[in-house]
Amino acid sequence: MFPTLRYWLTLTAVLFLGGLVRTASVCAADDPAYIERLRQRLSSGILKWGGDAEASAPYQLRDPADPERVIGFEVEIADALVAEISRRIERPLKAEFVQYNWVSLEPGLQETKDFDMILAGFEKNADNTGRVAFTRGYYVYGQQLVVRADETRIKSLSDCVDMRVATLAGALSDRILQEVGVKQIVGFDTQVEPYRDLELGRVDAALLDYPIYTFYAAPNPRLKAACPPTHQNTYHAALRLDDRDLTAAVDDALSQLMIRGTLRDILRKWRLWNADQRGLPDGKHREAELLGLGFDAQGQPVDPATLPPVQEIPRDMIAESSDHWTFDVYFPVLLRAAGMTVQLTFASMAVAMAIGLLVAVSRLYGPAPLRHAALCYVEFFRGIPLLLVLYFIYYGAPNLGFEISAIPAAILGFGIVYAAYEAEVYRSAIESVPRGQWEAGRALGMADVQVFRRVIFPQAFRTALGPMTNDFVAMFKDTSLVSVIAVQELTKEYLVLARSSFKFVELGLLTAALYMAMSIPLGYLSRYLERRWGPKR
Amino acid sequence: MSPSPQPFIAVQGVTKRFADRLVLDDVSLDIYPGETVALIGPSGGGKSTLLRSINALNTIDAGQIKVGEHVLAGNGASLGQGTIVRQIRCVVGMIFQDFQLFPHLSALDNVIEGPLRVLGWSRDKAVAKGRELLDRVGLGDRSQAFPDQLSGGQKQRIAIARALAMEPRGLLCDEITSALDPELKHEVLEVLSDLKKEGMTLIVVTHEIGFARRAADRVVVLCGGKIIEDGPPDAVLGDPKSARTRQFLQNVLA
Repeated sequence: MFPTLRYWLTLTAVLFLGGLVRTASVCAADDPAYIERLRQRLSSGILKWGGDAEASAPYQLRDPADPERVIGFEVEIADALVAEISRRIERPLKAEFVQYNWVSLEPGLQETKDFDMILAGFEKNADNTGRVAFTRGYYVYGQQLVVRADETRIKSLSDCVDMRVATLAGALSDRILQEVGVKQIVGFDTQVEPYRDLELGRVDAALLDYPIYTFYAAPNPRLKAACPPTHQNTYHAALRLDDRDLTAAVDDALSQLMIRGTLRDILRKWRLWNADQRGLPDGKHREAELLGLGFDAQGQPVDPATLPPVQEIPRDMIAESSDHWTFDVYFPVLLRAAGMTVQLTFASMAVAMAIGLLVAVSRLYGPAPLRHAALCYVEFFRGIPLLLVLYFIYYGAPNLGFEISAIPAAILGFGIVYAAYEAEVYRSAIESVPRGQWEAGRALGMADVQVFRRVIFPQAFRTALGPMTNDFVAMFKDTSLVSVIAVQELTKEYLVLARSSFKFVELGLLTAALYMAMSIPLGYLSRYLERRWGPKR
Repeated sequence: MSPSPQPFIAVQGVTKRFADRLVLDDVSLDIYPGETVALIGPSGGGKSTLLRSINALNTIDAGQIKVGEHVLAGNGASLGQGTIVRQIRCVVGMIFQDFQLFPHLSALDNVIEGPLRVLGWSRDKAVAKGRELLDRVGLGDRSQAFPDQLSGGQKQRIAIARALAMEPRGLLCDEITSALDPELKHEVLEVLSDLKKEGMTLIVVTHEIGFARRAADRVVVLCGGKIIEDGPPDAVLGDPKSARTRQFLQNVLA
């Protein structure tokens, strides 16, 4: 009886206060109804947050000591935030990192809801403003222009207008380059390639966020900063617009992390703390936050000697990774990814063969509208890129009211596209069965359905097996596309590990060997089946 | 052999066109139970089409065909897989020039496919019947062989066993020895002669004039879509009435 009563009282309070939340977020801090709502919101005990650990030091990256682990200053901030919220709601709460392609983070938050918070060097820009709820900032940074050590022409961003400049595609730096009027912007998906291409002379400069510079360019003697950082900006966590209670809780927790010096020490550990961080404190706890971040009341940095000592992270993560990641460290990681590739391929091929058969039969024997529909199916899915289908299913389906998680989406996507090819394989195999086989079946009194099932299809299937095995091998390789929808398979794992350690050749050969180990037995199987079952006549 | 008054198969005024070519022109033919009828005539004369029409493997444009108590009307409509069509196919079996065994099934499985799937027999019953029939066509020891491991004559005997497994009252044989070497023809024609002795109704499209003379009760000559001769072998083959038949026989025997 008592819990029920309390439940109803709480519910009433929730409904009553619900309308006030928009304005009440900060002052609701100690409101028991607010705390209760937070508890319900976080009743799973897990706060999932999205980022991209693909060689993204210092944000999130594979631990050089152990590629199975993800570390980074944002990982530590997430853990500290979650510990803070857990303490506040007096419930156990764990942070869980969700690996995502950086460019897909926003749809991952909004559409597929694979996580509840983005913590991945996200800044406000014209596109995302008003679409996601930003928390207060947790780091102030600038854009660092980097050139080769022997560069003399480039002293500032304005010198780059007629140069080739590399950056992260879709990031704020990309927009800045466009505004400056740089004619040749080379956009990359990860932060490793811009400096790599700069070093190799393929571009003249690279513009990236200061933290990236700290770990990828500063340790490299062949690169230098062209000028001090410009375009100061702030990283914010981002949540869904309607997730107001949690957004407010993250804001409050960030304030606590500043006051207690936790944020300061995380930034110091990751070599990111600097005087710019005085811009972070805000609101009614400003003075305490300033103090906790390592400034005096006037905003002057305190003497570092007075702060507790921290163990700094080594600057050269790539050298670290390269040293530590030996065969027995990375092989199990690649092997697990290969397992995902095998699973995806087998499941997708099963779907493709089933749908393909339906399409082929509709196309051959259906009434006119069905025949045309089947033809359209084949032409449509053969004619559009697989990548588009994957994106559409994974990020588009939630718009249409279907929730689908990444692996089923991948299997469905591959299945329906490959079904178009398999339908054609089936069709030609079915048509290759002599007409007389139909008559022989019918002359025995069999119905057409029986003739198809017992006589035509078994023969056609054997003919189809060869070409299908071909498609099977092709699909093994095509599955590398699924990383766009956050499924970690072999090629993606290779890219992550190689970009983190620069062992492109060594890891590449091993990855190739794993692909071979999967496709060669299939080739043998195909030839065996063809010998055994192939067309005999 | 005196024919009983009720024909087993009655072809009445059947007309069939392929595009604008008249293949069967108002053909009528009664076939009585136990009769062996040899259908001969020049190529394109309509023999195969008539045979296939009786088994509803092609439509007819006019007339009707009665098989036992079942009637096929000739309105050119698609035959599809109506019940009547399937019943007729259970009453008369068909054997093809190019065998059309199911290549993915063993000899025995070819034979029992019909009883299992169409007649709904138990596997044991079907297998017993299948073995009996394979013995009867002299291939009891080849039951597990696949069609590509058999000679043409053996394949055709399996095809006959497959048709017989449906326990039909008649067999339609469409040039079933044309694809065979002379010595292999013999073994297939032997099987037909045995079936005739057992009282099976046989309609045989053939170019084997010798077989027609020896085994047939009646010889029917189809030419230009019309029956130009119909009678006992001695009369038709020995003393044909029409000049066209004489010419045909000369060509075949030459």
